[in-house]
Amino acid sequence: MHGYNVLRLVREGLTGHKGWQPAWRKAEPKSSYDAVIIGGGGHGMATAYYLAKIHGMTNIAVIEKGWIGGGNAGRNTTIIRSNYLYDASAAIYNHALTLWKGLSRELNYNIMMSHRGVLNLAHDEGEARQLKRRVEANRLNGVEAEWLEAKEVKAFCPPISVAADARYPVIGATLQRDGGTNRHDAVVWGYARAASEMGVDIIEQCEVTGIATEKGAVTGIETTKGHIATPKIASVTAGHTSVIANMVGVRLPIESHPLQALVSEPLKPVMPCVVMSNAVHVYMSQSSKGELVIGAGIDPYLSYTQRGSLDIIEHQMAALIELFPFVSRLRMMRQWGGIVDVCPDASPIISATEVKGFYVNGGWGTGGWKATPGSGHAMADLLANDRPNAIAAPFTLERFVTGDLVAEHGAAAVAH
Amino acid sequence: MFVITCPYCGERDLSEFAYGGEAHIARPEWREDMSDAEWAEFLFMRTNPKGILAERWMHAAGCRRFFNMLRNTATDDILAVYRIGETPPKVEARLPATPSGEAPIGSGNDAVKIIQPGEGA
Ligand SMILES: Cc1cc2nc3c(=O)[nH]c(=O)nc-3n(C[C@H](O)[C@H](O)[C@H](O)COP(=O)(O)OP(=O)(O)OC[C@H]3O[C@@H](n4cnc5c(N)ncnc54)[C@H](O)[C@@H]3O)c2cc1C
Ligand SMILES: [Zn+2]
Repeated sequence: MHGYNVLRLVREGLTGHKGWQPAWRKAEPKSSYDAVIIGGGGHGMATAYYLAKIHGMTNIAVIEKGWIGGGNAGRNTTIIRSNYLYDASAAIYNHALTLWKGLSRELNYNIMMSHRGVLNLAHDEGEARQLKRRVEANRLNGVEAEWLEAKEVKAFCPPISVAADARYPVIGATLQRDGGTNRHDAVVWGYARAASEMGVDIIEQCEVTGIATEKGAVTGIETTKGHIATPKIASVTAGHTSVIANMVGVRLPIESHPLQALVSEPLKPVMPCVVMSNAVHVYMSQSSKGELVIGAGIDPYLSYTQRGSLDIIEHQMAALIELFPFVSRLRMMRQWGGIVDVCPDASPIISATEVKGFYVNGGWGTGGWKATPGSGHAMADLLANDRPNAIAAPFTLERFVTGDLVAEHGAAAVAH
Repeated sequence: MFVITCPYCGERDLSEFAYGGEAHIARPEWREDMSDAEWAEFLFMRTNPKGILAERWMHAAGCRRFFNMLRNTATDDILAVYRIGETPPKVEARLPATPSGEAPIGSGNDAVKIIQPGEGA
């Protein structure tokens, strides 16, 4: 077994760290599986893990065209919170938050979950009213939320500027104390190790290039490593969701956009929490390495290039200096982009489709990381039972026909 | 970052333009028996191709006119610019070899592509 513990660490330390095994098996595809998950990001790995663990489906595979965790999972800024406005969103994001709290222990893998608190700033009276309304809605749904006045914001997060003569003065903020950040690689690898141990095949460097159907039902996938027969396919491919759905002619209300982030040179601890601002349009936290992790909104145009435009960075840095004047003296080290799958109502899709055996988990847009365990949990249930559970039900594709949207643009925040 | 050639003003920086999304989506003629599904198709469903996309742009900080553009969304190569009401011209593009393949445009997408012999570590 590959369990990690202090004794093992000491033993390996004394023997030159030669005994560590790879965390998951490098599998080659079998000719058939009971289910195939396309996409080895956080949501795909979580789906595989819960399928095996809760539903006993272990003859399954995750197919990933690059390396697991190389997509948005490895590019995101890992802000975790659940303070969305509507009941349906509170249910899924808070379900995820509950699972996050026990995940290091459950997976025996330190996901570096840090509940350091998330502030969402208000810069004018209108925004303050909206945010206070959200605090009340959150409380009714059992989501931790409180309102802080400007001086309480300053006390909670000393580096922030609350100067009254600022162009966009901070007049207050919501605080979710159990929000925070975690370690993206650890989450993907922890799920992968646990799933692999239960028998799940994780197949990397293998791209799905087509989906075979017969009489309106899926029968298998075509990949760069050959044909694989399966009656159930889950597309969990984030930015590529439309590309996969197009293989079976399923139309989706998704558009793919670049989303960028950047990090500064490492500093001693200066940022005690996560700060997000919708109005000035930027957010920031500090990683355990000391880098300030900074992001904002999507690039406005549709693209799959995994990079973005400079004007977006310029804009967010200007906003950041307004909020945190000390940042003006910092150098930025790295910038990168991912491709996010944006839905018109800023809510995800967890759904069966008109093609039997083809399921979609996508549309998480700019803020799906926080939902990873909850999304995988609900998706596994959908795949195993072929009907959405209570948490997934509001997020089926039907809502775009009935008009029963879960419009979360306000709470989806500056991006995440 | 792109430089876009507005058909009315010429070459300008991307930041002068506003994005208008997929082009050539016609609003259905109103009919008594129009179904919700038909309306949803018009309102929400999008092609979102990895490849050639016909899209609308508006020169917000310039002439404020809408126009159409063909762009390869796998590389961001701009293939053609044409006016509203015109049909998209025929173009050639460097398309990905597989539907979700990655174009050789830099290091950004190495982690999510199949590494060919001789590439990568
Ligand atoms: C810069 C940035 C910052 C973000 N910040 C936050 C944040 O702070 N908080 C938050 O909650 N969310 C955030 N997000 C959003 C979050 O990252 C995503 O919603 C989430 O990671 C998507 O799920 P995933 O991990 O499964 O996606 P991915 O990791 O992208 O997984 C999808 C996988 O599918 C694979 N794939 C695609 N096509 C194929 C194919 N044909 N065959 C095989 N495999 C294929 C891809 O290679 C990829 O690995 C951010 C995103 C970005 C880009
Ligand atoms: Zn112009």
